[in-house]
Amino acid sequence: MTQTRRIPGTAIAAHAVLITYTIIALFPVFVILINSFKTRRAIFRDPLGLPTEETFSLIGYQTVFKQGDFFLYFQNSMIVTVVSLTLILLFGAMAAFALAEYRFKGNTPMGLYLALGIMIPIRIGTVAILEMMVSTGLVNTLVALILVYTAQGLPLAVFILSEFMKGVSDDLKNAGRIDGLSEYKIFFRLVLPLVRPAMATVAVFNMIPIWNDLWFPLILAPAEEVKTLTLGSQVFIGQFVTDWNAVLSALSMAILPVMVLYVIFSRQLIRGITSGAVK
Amino acid sequence: MTALKLENVNKFFGSVHVLKDINLTVEDGEFVVFVGPSGCGKSTLLRVIAGLEDASSGTVTIGDDVVNTVPPAKRGIAMVFQSYALYPHLTVKDNMGLGLKQEGQPRAVVEERVSKASKMLDLEEYATRRPAELSGGQRQRVAIGRAIVRDPKLFLFDEPLSNLDAALRMNTRVEIAELHRTLSASMIYVTHDQIEAMTLADKIVVLRDGRVEQVGTPMELYNNPANRFVASFLGSPSMNFLERSVPDVPDGQTIGIRPEHLRLAQSGRISGMVTHVERLGGDTNLLVNTDQGETVTVRLFGQDPTEVGDVVRLEFAEDNAFYFNEAQERIFEAAA
Ligand SMILES: Nc1ncnc2c1ncn2[C@@H]1O[C@H](COP(=O)(O)OP(=O)(O)O)[C@@H](O)[C@H]1O
Ligand SMILES: [Mg+2]
Repeated sequence: MTQTRRIPGTAIAAHAVLITYTIIALFPVFVILINSFKTRRAIFRDPLGLPTEETFSLIGYQTVFKQGDFFLYFQNSMIVTVVSLTLILLFGAMAAFALAEYRFKGNTPMGLYLALGIMIPIRIGTVAILEMMVSTGLVNTLVALILVYTAQGLPLAVFILSEFMKGVSDDLKNAGRIDGLSEYKIFFRLVLPLVRPAMATVAVFNMIPIWNDLWFPLILAPAEEVKTLTLGSQVFIGQFVTDWNAVLSALSMAILPVMVLYVIFSRQLIRGITSGAVK
Repeated sequence: MTALKLENVNKFFGSVHVLKDINLTVEDGEFVVFVGPSGCGKSTLLRVIAGLEDASSGTVTIGDDVVNTVPPAKRGIAMVFQSYALYPHLTVKDNMGLGLKQEGQPRAVVEERVSKASKMLDLEEYATRRPAELSGGQRQRVAIGRAIVRDPKLFLFDEPLSNLDAALRMNTRVEIAELHRTLSASMIYVTHDQIEAMTLADKIVVLRDGRVEQVGTPMELYNNPANRFVASFLGSPSMNFLERSVPDVPDGQTIGIRPEHLRLAQSGRISGMVTHVERLGGDTNLLVNTDQGETVTVRLFGQDPTEVGDVVRLEFAEDNAFYFNEAQERIFEAAA
């Protein structure tokens, strides 16, 4: 006899809270989506109404596609996000493994130093970063963005992953050593698969801020051919007139890839958690 | 020839002295058990032998070679861990074969040795399963198989049975003993369980706080413990230590008598009242509170009508008594 079955009130209350939260969280997304399919007049007359036969319009999407560079922006955002995430996970996991696995002088100070970045926002260093990028000639390249995002994501990644790696059985790693696996193989083949849920967590935490960031693209890579989607969408927002159809359409399309990535990672997340618990 | 020789091995973790000047030899084909309470350094010693930890000082010799700087995979050892430590993403077959593959053995050799070990351990029908799809006992057999396949000079077992339930533990213990007879390989087996130590060992090494307390065959240690620690650690129920209840024991000395060496006798030297009775069928254990306020365990063979609350007198043969001084060391000539 489970607790929830005896007290259905608890379950109902829990679900009520969760459903309320979901509705609140999804409401803006929903409004953006429905309005992206409406005429400009309909958007302003009845912002919460669903598109009807007379108010339905694809004008926003047409504008966005006619703008032409939309796919390029999209591609830039994709490259920056995916490469940054890959680097964060790879280097973060490697540093975490070293901190968790090896006893060396200065292990603890090194861990604290690497974790310091969690508390200090990277934007404080924007001027210095810009100067560095200028002097290395990386301004207006995607590399500049990737480097900055990787640096921004690493502290939390190292922190979370090293905690998880400390939990991986020593016996398993030792068995690998006795079987002659190199430290690299132990890392890639034994440890990484076991911390996959933590990797997914880190990926999800980092993905959205990188995808949505406006600050660094605006400062480090404003040129046309390296614009990210968020920056690119800004052309529709003018000082005096804003093309709301186009803005809403661009935003709607920008949600898609993040959702896909999110679904991939969160499935890993859930699989990892349950496989650990039900073992 | 000796399979393993440890000379003056010390191990520090930071400033903590975990292994203290260990000297030890394991002969070819010998089954040696390291036994001692939790935290006494058994696993650490095993890991030093395996090369998973470096000794802080001293030499480790396996076969004819000093292996202090040799990596674990090249030491000719195989290890079985308490937590099985199977590779979760590999099948049973691949778990067993991985070590050989890493050595660069041809596939045919790997196949052959894996199937031989699977046959020996009744694992053939599970060859393509993953560890998650096996029971605890099966996992431990796979771990043992992984060790056998490597055909090591020296087997190392770190508490391999402590995650198994009682019935399975007994079976697997017998299997390991049989394995030792079949392979006639040298084996080191770590346990905190004195029954495993007594039943499996050719030679027992009793460890305490990182120090070797005594080395000998199970019966030597049982019949002739060097100190109170060894005496109390081996044998179940464990030895009684009495300071006051036996007349004529000099001040500062303790007399040790095993529960099975006590018997009920009208004119016995120890007198007290029964406070608890355990009837096991084959044996009966009595807990007796002596008139001097000490507790004595008595093991009677067969079934006995004694009840809680009975007043009894206990007797023992002087041959079966051990004397210990205040430093807990054995005194050989009992003070008369
Ligand atoms: N990696 C380590 N770092 C620091 N101390 C350790 C480490 N491994 C073991 N120890 C300490 O060494 C002692 C012996 O441990 P261990 O060999 O695991 O004991 P046993 O296997 O006999 O239970 C314990 O006090 C333990 O805390
Ligand atoms: Mg141990």
